[in-house]
Amino acid sequence: MGYSRRAPYLFLAPALFLIGVFFFFPVLAAFLMSFTDFDIYGLSDFNLVRLIGLQNYINLLQDHLFWTALKNTFYFVFIGGPLSIVVSLGAALLINSKLVKLKGFFRLVYFTPVVATLVSVAIVWRYIYHPRFGLLNYALDFFGIEAIDWLGDPFWAMPSIIILAVWKNFGYNMIIFIAGLQNIPEELYEAAKIDGANFLSQFKSITLPMLAPTMLFVGIITMIGYFQLFAEPYIMTQGGPANSTLSIVLYMYEEGFRWWNMGYSASLAFVLFIIIFIGTLIQLRVQKSGYEG
Amino acid sequence: MVVFLSTFPGCSDSSDRTTIRFWVFGAEGDVVEQLLPEFERENPDIRVRVQKIPWTAAHEKLLTAYASNSMPDVFQLGNTWIPEFHMLDAIEPIDSHVDTSVVIDADDYFEGIWVTNIIDGELYGIPWYVDTRVLFYRKDILHDAGFSKPPRTWEELYTLSKRIKQNAGTEERYAMLLPTNEWVPPVLFGLQTGSSLLRDDGQYGNFSGEEFQTAFEYYTRYFHEGLAPVGITQVTNIYQGLTEGFFAMYITGPWNVGEFRRRLPEHMQDNWGTAPLPGPDPDGIRDTPGVSMAGGASLVMSAGSPHHEKAWRLIEFFSRTDIQIRFNQLSGNLPSRLSAWEESGIKEDVHIRAFYEQLPHVVPLPQVPEWEQIALKIQQYAELVSMKRMTVPEALSALDAEVDRILDKRRWILSRTD
Repeated sequence: MGYSRRAPYLFLAPALFLIGVFFFFPVLAAFLMSFTDFDIYGLSDFNLVRLIGLQNYINLLQDHLFWTALKNTFYFVFIGGPLSIVVSLGAALLINSKLVKLKGFFRLVYFTPVVATLVSVAIVWRYIYHPRFGLLNYALDFFGIEAIDWLGDPFWAMPSIIILAVWKNFGYNMIIFIAGLQNIPEELYEAAKIDGANFLSQFKSITLPMLAPTMLFVGIITMIGYFQLFAEPYIMTQGGPANSTLSIVLYMYEEGFRWWNMGYSASLAFVLFIIIFIGTLIQLRVQKSGYEG
Repeated sequence: MVVFLSTFPGCSDSSDRTTIRFWVFGAEGDVVEQLLPEFERENPDIRVRVQKIPWTAAHEKLLTAYASNSMPDVFQLGNTWIPEFHMLDAIEPIDSHVDTSVVIDADDYFEGIWVTNIIDGELYGIPWYVDTRVLFYRKDILHDAGFSKPPRTWEELYTLSKRIKQNAGTEERYAMLLPTNEWVPPVLFGLQTGSSLLRDDGQYGNFSGEEFQTAFEYYTRYFHEGLAPVGITQVTNIYQGLTEGFFAMYITGPWNVGEFRRRLPEHMQDNWGTAPLPGPDPDGIRDTPGVSMAGGASLVMSAGSPHHEKAWRLIEFFSRTDIQIRFNQLSGNLPSRLSAWEESGIKEDVHIRAFYEQLPHVVPLPQVPEWEQIALKIQQYAELVSMKRMTVPEALSALDAEVDRILDKRRWILSRTD
């Protein structure tokens, strides 16, 4: 009996060991580090590392770049996140519609940006956004709208990043939504049609409620992913112009790996963790009470 | 693999050959590989293993190597990074080697560049190639604005820029490109007015000081009066920008001599020139040319290397005048030795001559390990001011406050050792 009870742990041990060493230990180390001023001086001589309590967190609250980064990140999450979900759902509805032919083809086309390398995508989009030779301004010019310096104007830089991110990522959620849509029993729609419900009320009373679990999953995954905005501004704008696309993770990367202010960078990471944690809790509450309560 | 090898110093293919590990950055890597066979022929007891690292990853890679105890024996180091690696005790002082060397003679180097390798009176690197910034310009556009010669003073530069802008009329054209993703232009103007940038032994920022403020105001005028484009997205290709006349002047470094020759179209080749930087002195007598920064890369030995004597032979090899000349011919980098400039004749070169005139007038950047971080802050505030999101005094006092925060640890360490 005792032997068979121990057996599963024995099998799990290698995986648990690896997770412990490569995940929990670094997280714990980073947490402790966030209470020190570990930096490049600390790298040269460990005696130069001071234990400074909550000083990093206090500095963070007074650091206007942190607030800029936080504001930019929230902007990205609250505009880009819902927009991406709406676009994903719209694309899923279109592809799932019985009127559409070549479903496989469109699914592939919409999913392609997800698997494309961001670096190459970013290069193409930099040309699309080019203020003088870009495709987008060319199109605007056709409608008589004046050229916009998409990535060079602090006002437009974040919307440009959002458009790119939504275009790049919506295919992933679309696939999940398609799976969710296909799980809705066809009889419900048939019954609704007999009762004379139009498309809109069918969507509101059948599709959305039946998609609630999918929506919860997509909402949380998207929010967590969007809070970790990094690669798009890192490649496209390096956080500029005038820090208008600086995100929390980009700021964390710069402080940590560019300047080796590891202590400060670690405190940023934990602040972001807490924000994402709270965000997830709120979503769980709201969406559960909205659809099930 | 690298770590593995370093735990077995002297690991080599035959028993009496020592392997020296040599890290080079950027395009220099390929050139070094062409020169090394000669070194290995002359030094049969040494085998050199070159690792090429892109400039963008160089700093991170060196720090990681330091943290994991796997530094190369010899490496290239941008001279603004020397204070940082000195602070880490990662590089070896080399005065004793230079004293006995028959190859290296301090008098044969540009003094302003040589001193960037000295910290607290000790020498840590030998300048490998030099870098400073000069003015690149379009001859025809300057001529149309009434300037048959490039500007020599700040006032001339400003007048010229105004005229270029006037000549452009309603067309969107600019006099000068001052990229706001570079910290060099505002820092150059600051050095020219004699600002120390930092004060009290590099413990505090000195950007609100009168000198830097004057320079910064002059710099921002170019953006606010439409003489320089704000932001960097409009010019994705500077060679195309210059050819189209989108801008007529650009402050940049020696690598662009080769690039301009390669990338500008045929009809442009006689149409561009280089000149030493204009200075702030209105009479143009005392201060011409204006100073520029002392840049470049040095060769250094890592403190932990067990092969200092052999590593030194490699540094001496690359410091020889004949090798310096060949290195220049292969890479386009400007030699650090005056004798190499003489013998190769590049000081007569129509585009490189300006660098030769500029190099005696160079000033080192502040020698603090935090310099790169500070430089980036200068750039950020310069960008904010160029976009009129802050006024000059606001930006400079905020910059000082941030720089003081960055230097907090340095102040603590200095107060500890006193």
